[in-house]
Amino acid sequence: MSLLNYIILTPIITALAILLIPANYQFVIRCAALLGSLITACFGLLAFFLFKAGLPGYQFESKIEWVKLGGININYHVGADGIAIGLIMAAAVVGFCAVAVSWKIEKQSKMFYILLLSMITGAVGAFASLDLFAFYFFNELALVPTFITIGVWGRGEDRSYAAFKITLYLTLGALVALVGLIVLYVKGGAQSLDIVDLHAAIAKTPLSPAAQAIIFPCLLFGFGTLVGLFPFHSWAPSGYGCAPSATAMMHAGILKKAGLFALLRVALPLMPEGVARWMPVLAILCVGNLLYCGFVAMRQRDLNLLIGNSSLAHMGFAFLGIASVSVIGITGTVLVMVAHAFLAALSFAISGWISQDTGTLDMGKLGGLLKRMPFIGSVMIICFLAGCGVPGFANFAGEVTVLFGAWKTFHWVVAAAAWGGLVIGGVYMLRAIRSVLHGELRSEWADAHDASSFWRQAPYAILVLALLVFGFVPNLLSDRVKPVAAEIVKQATLKAATPVAAATAKVAAQP
Amino acid sequence: MNYSLLWLEIIVVLMGLFTLLADIWVPGESKKWLAHGAAAILGVLALSALFQSDVASVTTAFNGLYVQDDLATFFKVFFLAAGAIVLLMSAEYSGRFGTASTEFYALVLFALVGMMLAASANDFVLMYVALELITVTFYILTSYQRNRSASLEAGVKYLIMGALSSGFMVFGIALVFGTANTTSFTEIIKHQKDLAGVPLFLVGLLFVLVGLGFKIAAVPFQMWAPDVYQGSPAPATAFLAVGSKAAGFVLLLRVLFAAVPAITAHWHVLFAILAAATILYGSLCAIPQRSVKRLMGYSSIANAGYLLLGISASSADGVNGVMYYLLGYLFTVLGAFTVLSIILSETDGDDITALAGLGQRSPLLAGTLTLAMASLAGIPPLAGFFGKFLLLKSVLAYAGSSHLYVGLVAVALVGVVISLYYYFGVVRSIYWGTTPDLSPITLSPGAKVALLACIAGMIWLGTFPNNAMGRIVSAGSVLKCADPLKSALVAQVKK
Repeated sequence: MSLLNYIILTPIITALAILLIPANYQFVIRCAALLGSLITACFGLLAFFLFKAGLPGYQFESKIEWVKLGGININYHVGADGIAIGLIMAAAVVGFCAVAVSWKIEKQSKMFYILLLSMITGAVGAFASLDLFAFYFFNELALVPTFITIGVWGRGEDRSYAAFKITLYLTLGALVALVGLIVLYVKGGAQSLDIVDLHAAIAKTPLSPAAQAIIFPCLLFGFGTLVGLFPFHSWAPSGYGCAPSATAMMHAGILKKAGLFALLRVALPLMPEGVARWMPVLAILCVGNLLYCGFVAMRQRDLNLLIGNSSLAHMGFAFLGIASVSVIGITGTVLVMVAHAFLAALSFAISGWISQDTGTLDMGKLGGLLKRMPFIGSVMIICFLAGCGVPGFANFAGEVTVLFGAWKTFHWVVAAAAWGGLVIGGVYMLRAIRSVLHGELRSEWADAHDASSFWRQAPYAILVLALLVFGFVPNLLSDRVKPVAAEIVKQATLKAATPVAAATAKVAAQP
Repeated sequence: MNYSLLWLEIIVVLMGLFTLLADIWVPGESKKWLAHGAAAILGVLALSALFQSDVASVTTAFNGLYVQDDLATFFKVFFLAAGAIVLLMSAEYSGRFGTASTEFYALVLFALVGMMLAASANDFVLMYVALELITVTFYILTSYQRNRSASLEAGVKYLIMGALSSGFMVFGIALVFGTANTTSFTEIIKHQKDLAGVPLFLVGLLFVLVGLGFKIAAVPFQMWAPDVYQGSPAPATAFLAVGSKAAGFVLLLRVLFAAVPAITAHWHVLFAILAAATILYGSLCAIPQRSVKRLMGYSSIANAGYLLLGISASSADGVNGVMYYLLGYLFTVLGAFTVLSIILSETDGDDITALAGLGQRSPLLAGTLTLAMASLAGIPPLAGFFGKFLLLKSVLAYAGSSHLYVGLVAVALVGVVISLYYYFGVVRSIYWGTTPDLSPITLSPGAKVALLACIAGMIWLGTFPNNAMGRIVSAGSVLKCADPLKSALVAQVKK
């Protein structure tokens, strides 16, 4: 059994075990959930450090035939390359933190933890899958838990609306992508959605331009919607704004990255002509993410909505890196994805603490909280500075790498827009710090609580630590990513019109 | 005459007769056990049919009127499973029938015989007889709560529409017989090339399709479904939604792909348009519904549309998709209706607010209904997702060569997104609807068996499709929609 199987199975087995615990044993349920997610996180870290950078192909591979009948050919095939391994690790770690910060959930806590653990399974499973059907399967596993957790444990009057909005948008995006995947299945020549088979089949006979013209936009806009690509992004802030912090952490931090991951793994390497036609469009749309969502974030009065919009702005960087189709840009995209996984999780964990304790996230009503919450307040300052792209945090490493990639590929206007996005980010992040933490402490918050015990502080500390580690030693990640990114770029920029040329290029590409 | 082929049907008829007789000496409070016993026997029959089918080859009885092949076996097991769950459901609901609950069980068994005969029909005459057996028993089942005007209204509507559709069908069969000189599918397929040029034959065939269209509730023959679904007792609605619809589809498959496959290939545009219209009508009309049963009525129309996607693809993949989707639909809809029967047997209305607080009142009921809604909406890892995947795949095989099918897929996607809205509306009222009444609901063992069977079926079909798929592929191989037809169709579309 490969390590990845353990990572995928641990949370779902924990969820099944919790199903058997009577609902009033709340402490036991919580301990089981914590233990299960902690084991998952440890496995995730173990896999990350056991991963050998620079080896071709996939590591920790494991393949079981799933369906093979009636023209359907589906495998349970897991494995990790340099891009996936970072995301799997981030998913496992954020999953543990999401369970850890949910200590205050008491209403129907059994169901909550079952749903949360199935979300974790979906997240790690999606990144570990090498079969696109399994990828889709795992990705959608998180949909119903998202809906129910927002509705039952969410906050605000609008949560029903937000729950529907996020669910409908995510389904629409997923369905459009599914159409693209099915057409890829039918036209790919492999009669399979196994990424290894697909690569082999397409290396022999590239997809026809007509097929690429259908598949590529389906994948781009379908998966793009899952990430919050402008203008299909409006589900994200409202959904995260109303979600309980664990759901927002899992979704904004991890699940959203599945769309980017699929673009990197499927759309770019298999369809060079689609890349050539659509990447300029993506470059323009991602400016919408960077600038428009940044401006929207500036106007927010609600801390969660601000974080939600800022996370969309960060996704703009990730898209920009993809659109640059350069080794540096794509490496930067993966750095941004992993960094943002920790950043978004940390931001929503902080806002979750504040709203739990004060009952509001309206920045006009908050203020001076640093006096009452030295720990949470400091973490918030660290986190928001990381969000502005201050050096020393993982986000800086990612964003600066993306800018290098974009500078080479695009007109300077795009890079300038990205730079402008950083400035806007600085404005709203610092404003948020000022209005929540500084100033006079209002009397109603005079007895606000800080996270004082070790167990309450641990999840925040882990996430800050992760941001710092990848900020100071980005090589940990980039060494793993770069060879894969180079391979993706090579395939995405193939100018091969004839099968023979493609085949020789493929052969030449392999060392 | 080979009566041994009909052993399943004969046993079920005898069970029905025995149930009617047993009513005389079984005391009132023990009558539930009749339903439980009958359900258990049906379960055993389904399993034995499942394992016997390994050695089955194509055999016929009554001069080719009745055929026993893998397709028939598949659908017989399907109907037996549906019958077993519906009987368990009826036992839960029997409190609302007053003293006369055994007739309901017997009628369910008789309708089941009709469905099993439909699965084996190899002739327009047996097809008609089987359908009439189903329809006539359903006239009574739908209006069974004779002290409720809604139930009577449902019965009358079903009677009128059913009679109309039977009229169409028998007229169509007459035309077919008049032009082809035979009603046997095996004879017609031999002459289908010649018959394709006979206008009267085609008109007759169309009339037969109209009759079947009523059974499966496809647009434009759908108008009875919402009213009848809403008014009938919940177990009758469930059996109508699953059994009657599946019987319609098995006959549709037989007629289209065992009698006139060449003509079917020419009519793919017709089926594509019907599918698109049915999906859109069902999905759009379901949005404003407040009654859960009526909602399920419109949802059943929309699902007929998804099933027609597979027919319009008229390929082996499409047919397999239809069967897989139906199998998933069986567990999904029966799971939903078991929950509804239990809840509605307490309260009078069937408004969606009756579900409020279910998450706290009974986690098992809430979980089943949530899974059923997610499965209907096509979300993995549930049966509905894999079914929709197969159907979409069968249609997308023509993407790039035909704009018609691309449009069809677009309509299907719109339908799925809309359906998500109303299915999740049900989930919303389960978990965050407000109600003062949070008393726990206690479940009888029979209800638990039915619910767990449905949950297991939904998850099994969604996660481990291999076994069921194997059965379906061998069942589908009976039908003549092999690859040559597919290529002919593509060539025709390209022209």
